[in-house]
Amino acid sequence: MITILSDHWQELLTGLGWTLLSSILALIFSLIIGSLFAIMEVTESKVARTIARIYIEIFRNIPLLVITSFFYLVIPMYVVKVNGFTAGTIGLTIYTSAFIAETVRSGIQSVDPGQMEGARANGLTFWQAMSNVILPQAFRLVIPPLGNQFVNLVKNSSVLAFVAGFDLMYQANNIASITFDTINSYMVVGVLYLIITMPISYYMRYLEKRLA
Amino acid sequence: MKKQFRLATLLVALGALMLTLSGCGKSLSQQDVLQNDRKANTITWGVKADTKLFGLMDVRDNQIKGFDVDMAKHITRHILGKKGKAKFIQVTSQSRIPLLKNGNIDAIIATMTITPQREKVVGFSNSYFDAGQSLLVPNGSKIKNVSDLNKSGTTVLGVVGANSVQNIKKFAPKARVLELQDYAQALTSLKAGQGVALTTDNGILYGMAVQNPGFKVVGGTFTREPYGVAVNKGQKPFTNEVNKAIKEMEADGEYNQLIKKWFGNVPGFNYKELER
Repeated sequence: MITILSDHWQELLTGLGWTLLSSILALIFSLIIGSLFAIMEVTESKVARTIARIYIEIFRNIPLLVITSFFYLVIPMYVVKVNGFTAGTIGLTIYTSAFIAETVRSGIQSVDPGQMEGARANGLTFWQAMSNVILPQAFRLVIPPLGNQFVNLVKNSSVLAFVAGFDLMYQANNIASITFDTINSYMVVGVLYLIITMPISYYMRYLEKRLA
Repeated sequence: MKKQFRLATLLVALGALMLTLSGCGKSLSQQDVLQNDRKANTITWGVKADTKLFGLMDVRDNQIKGFDVDMAKHITRHILGKKGKAKFIQVTSQSRIPLLKNGNIDAIIATMTITPQREKVVGFSNSYFDAGQSLLVPNGSKIKNVSDLNKSGTTVLGVVGANSVQNIKKFAPKARVLELQDYAQALTSLKAGQGVALTTDNGILYGMAVQNPGFKVVGGTFTREPYGVAVNKGQKPFTNEVNKAIKEMEADGEYNQLIKKWFGNVPGFNYKELER
């Protein structure tokens, strides 16, 4: 393990960088997109509800690898050139956003309906009530399952390896194939993933204790 | 403070576990492969299943077919006699050495070039095929040979674990190399425009060009890539038998028949050069 680290720290560092960048981008965008679709699912408009349902059901039920390959191999042929990193991050964002939408929706729905009614009766619009009254309570409720999604997101970012996205897993494959030391190469990368995911786990637990 | 201490203990424990686990990695079988195979009357070969002409899965009857596969069958017959069975396990450039070292397969015959680095970890037979690295590009591409790739901003596609990726870094150091999981995916990536050329050994590329009319092989060969059968280190008796079988096949014309069978109808490829 130590020889792998000392001989290949540059590749590993690059991999760590790309994995982190992809995870952070996907985390931010999937949280935004997911919350939007969650709100759409609870609005009174039937069109909005249907659109949200279709989006969530499609992307929640297709393997991440299929979504990513689609962006890497099909989109460039007909629409626009997408490199491996972008394709992987887009795939990751779409896939995770479907799960986050479901998580946030369950949070919104477990807030007492009286809250919404009260807010509306006091003259707030639907969006004002949502952002000032409902969402703050909903997010507090869904911190533990959201934490799960974030940890999953970081681990799922290994899909980038499949489309040559230079992430940790890609570097692990290359290092393993150069050194022929398969066990240690993947062990090192496993530890590096732990270094990213453990703080997320602990931070979410801390948030949960402080807010809930 | 107490919580931080607990976290630190956990990390140390994990680290210790990892180190212990990595210690038990040496599972190289100490047995004599040749004796075991004689007893079972079977040799287990690792072959490619995504490489036209060398080893390609035929979806109609679920058999892997190609030059490597036929070589393996013939070598098996020479070693074990007429009733000897050859069993095939699908491998990729990346998985073949780990699978060999684990003992999942007895030998690799999967378009594997004999290189000094690989000789440090596995044993090789004598060469059974002379390949050379070349380039596959779309028809109408401006790329004529490997030096055209040596510009910053060009992207070349290859396969993880393949020798050709290391070579291209030498011949065209300015090009960016993307390493994909297998040849099928590398070819789809070339079609999708993720790179300007796909590089690997000429035999494999000619196989792709046969199946995909929009693509051609350019630039001739710029390396020599002798393919060998790889076995675990310390399996000298088995290696000797493989070498003997290859020599016998060359002597009685079996080898040339196989070359003709697989490479005789490939446009732009003079199979006579390969005959021995």
